[in-house]
Amino acid sequence: MSKANPPSFTLDGKTIPFGEGQTIIQAAMDAGVYIPHLCFNPEFKPHGSCKLCTVKADGRQTASCTQQAKDGMVVESDIKEINDERRALLQMLFVEGNHFCPSCEKSGNCQLQATAYELDMMSPHFDHFFPDRPLDASHPDYLLDFNRCILCSLCVRASRDVDGKNVFALSGRGIKSHLIVNAKSGHLADTDFSGDDKAAHVCPVGVILKKRVGFATPIGQRSFDEQPISATPHPVVKGA
Amino acid sequence: MSANLETAANPETLRRVAIDPVSRVEGHGKVTILLDDKNKVHQVRLHIVEFRGFEKFIQGRPYWEVPVMVQRLCGICPVSHHLAASKALDAIVGAKHLTPTAEKNRRLMHYGQILQSHALHFFHLCSPDLLFGFDSDVSQRNIVGVAAKYPETAKRGILLRKFGQEVIRHTAGKRVHGTGSVPGGVNKSLSIAERDELLKDIYQMVAWSRDAVHMVKELHHQNPELYNSFGAFRANFMSMVGFDGGMDLYHGRLRGRDENGNVLFDGVDYQNYTQLIEEEVKNWSYMKFPYLKSLGREKGWYRVGPLSRVQNCDFIPTPLAEIERREFVAYSGVMPMHAPLGYHWARMIEMLHAAEMIKDLLHDDDITGSELMTSGERGFEGVGVIEAPRGTLIHHYRVDENDLVSMCNLIVSTTHNNQAMNEAVRRVAVQYLHGHEVTEGLLNHIEVAVRAFDPCLSCATHALGKMPLEVEVLDQTGQRLSALSRGGDGTICDG
Repeated sequence: MSKANPPSFTLDGKTIPFGEGQTIIQAAMDAGVYIPHLCFNPEFKPHGSCKLCTVKADGRQTASCTQQAKDGMVVESDIKEINDERRALLQMLFVEGNHFCPSCEKSGNCQLQATAYELDMMSPHFDHFFPDRPLDASHPDYLLDFNRCILCSLCVRASRDVDGKNVFALSGRGIKSHLIVNAKSGHLADTDFSGDDKAAHVCPVGVILKKRVGFATPIGQRSFDEQPISATPHPVVKGA
Repeated sequence: MSANLETAANPETLRRVAIDPVSRVEGHGKVTILLDDKNKVHQVRLHIVEFRGFEKFIQGRPYWEVPVMVQRLCGICPVSHHLAASKALDAIVGAKHLTPTAEKNRRLMHYGQILQSHALHFFHLCSPDLLFGFDSDVSQRNIVGVAAKYPETAKRGILLRKFGQEVIRHTAGKRVHGTGSVPGGVNKSLSIAERDELLKDIYQMVAWSRDAVHMVKELHHQNPELYNSFGAFRANFMSMVGFDGGMDLYHGRLRGRDENGNVLFDGVDYQNYTQLIEEEVKNWSYMKFPYLKSLGREKGWYRVGPLSRVQNCDFIPTPLAEIERREFVAYSGVMPMHAPLGYHWARMIEMLHAAEMIKDLLHDDDITGSELMTSGERGFEGVGVIEAPRGTLIHHYRVDENDLVSMCNLIVSTTHNNQAMNEAVRRVAVQYLHGHEVTEGLLNHIEVAVRAFDPCLSCATHALGKMPLEVEVLDQTGQRLSALSRGGDGTICDG
């Protein structure tokens, strides 16, 4: 008696097996296939907010981090229609914040930058917002540079679900959404945030930074100097 | 005489000729000349018309970001800003003495910078003037023209620059805007493979650099009348020299001399530069005018860069460049050489020195060492000085208890030379334009004088909120509708 084949779907023509309850992106990662993403991290519950992981599943656009895989499903990811939309989303993220890659210590280790390279984003296209977002340098060992926040909420989820601290939260709505620190003063120094927290190590961009170690990794040895972000299903970012 | 040419008595009655932009220099500047109906020169000004603002927007940023951010001031000598900022911020992390590996890798990066910048300036930007003549056919007077008529010279220039950039790439991670130097040391040392790759070509670079010195020297000997007098003016001069009085472009003390070569000050710790130098603001340029406090505004301006350095040091600590320095000093005679075209000769001597230093550092085992960083007691203020290709470069920062920059002051090489460059163009205007019909070739004489200083006009305009500014609102026919001006003291007035 032969064992029945596990359920599977096709992703850009490639057969991807999946287990019970897996989403499209989880199954793709297990199979070593990259789907662009920013707010998704396999260690946390999906958030479905950045929409970078949008794919076409059976002809309908859906976030692959929240869409359950189905047997026989036909998924398209690396196609012009989807990549054009992903690029536009990236461009909007870049202009909404202040992302100065040339002097950013996260350059070369930044998922936003690496994804932009991956998707051939050659310019921001839209007008910059140039928001005024002061730094929070109050903590003795960590710096918050809100200029680079993409509202992925990974720090919020890590602090709440893993650290049990609720140090971070998203405040405001729509275009006024922004990251805040849960303290009366609004300063990180007035929370119980610690460098050992999971939240200190999940930021995919350059918001939560360990102080005084910027640029310690030479060019050529940074995460995405060695390989493009697509070469690993979920990037392990140095310095995160 | 030329000092009187800064401001004409009745400018509204005069004809205005503008060289805009000045070509074959880094950054954007223009020269304006006011002439009367007999083509007599009444006013000459070198204006720096671009605007940066680094001193302001670096405030509030974390200090470890500064060496990478400020180097964006420039695409030609970013390493100089990268290293000057790092030196200033060494004081913040308490790194009083770097490890030998860190200091030598920084020095290597710096000499790579000197080599590539000097090669670029001489071969790409200035050799067309010197080889073809200042008023030669404009279509030929460029690096493409040099490559066509003197292919070996052009090839050497390009390869010398390329080699310097490779030195930078191996030490900083990239040819332009790398990250190798960090407060307290470096983030990498040279690998054995990188060292061996550079060693393969360095002897050729030394030989070509020496040939370049001989080429410029020959030009001086062939036409001493032109080279000794073109735009010549007498001035004080200043540079950093090593603690032993020898040429040291990376570290040392400040020394200044008067126009006769007599020492004005020596052994000055650059941490105290504010006691030595004051900066004046003029309402027609974004670039400030520094002067020596002890001599005052009128007499205290000075010159920096290769012409100053080669004559300010007691010796050059590499043998081939020292031979050339002695010949240069002997040629000048009892008095220092003040001729702007002497910059080219001095610059090539420095390029040779840089090549020799690179050779020596590549043979030093410390260059591939593994001890990269050091630290000590936290500081809150630091000054870093380096002799950049164009001259003395000063970076000064204060950092607050939260690690953010609270104050930044930059005095870049070209700023030191502001008055000197204005003097040179006035001399040339009087020598060549006065009473003559203005032609392209004659106007290029003005640019030749500016280029001799190798100005980096991008670097030189960095202050925000302090500089004088004039704003005019014109209608579609060019008629002025209204105007506002802000003085150097920040006061704003109409018209």
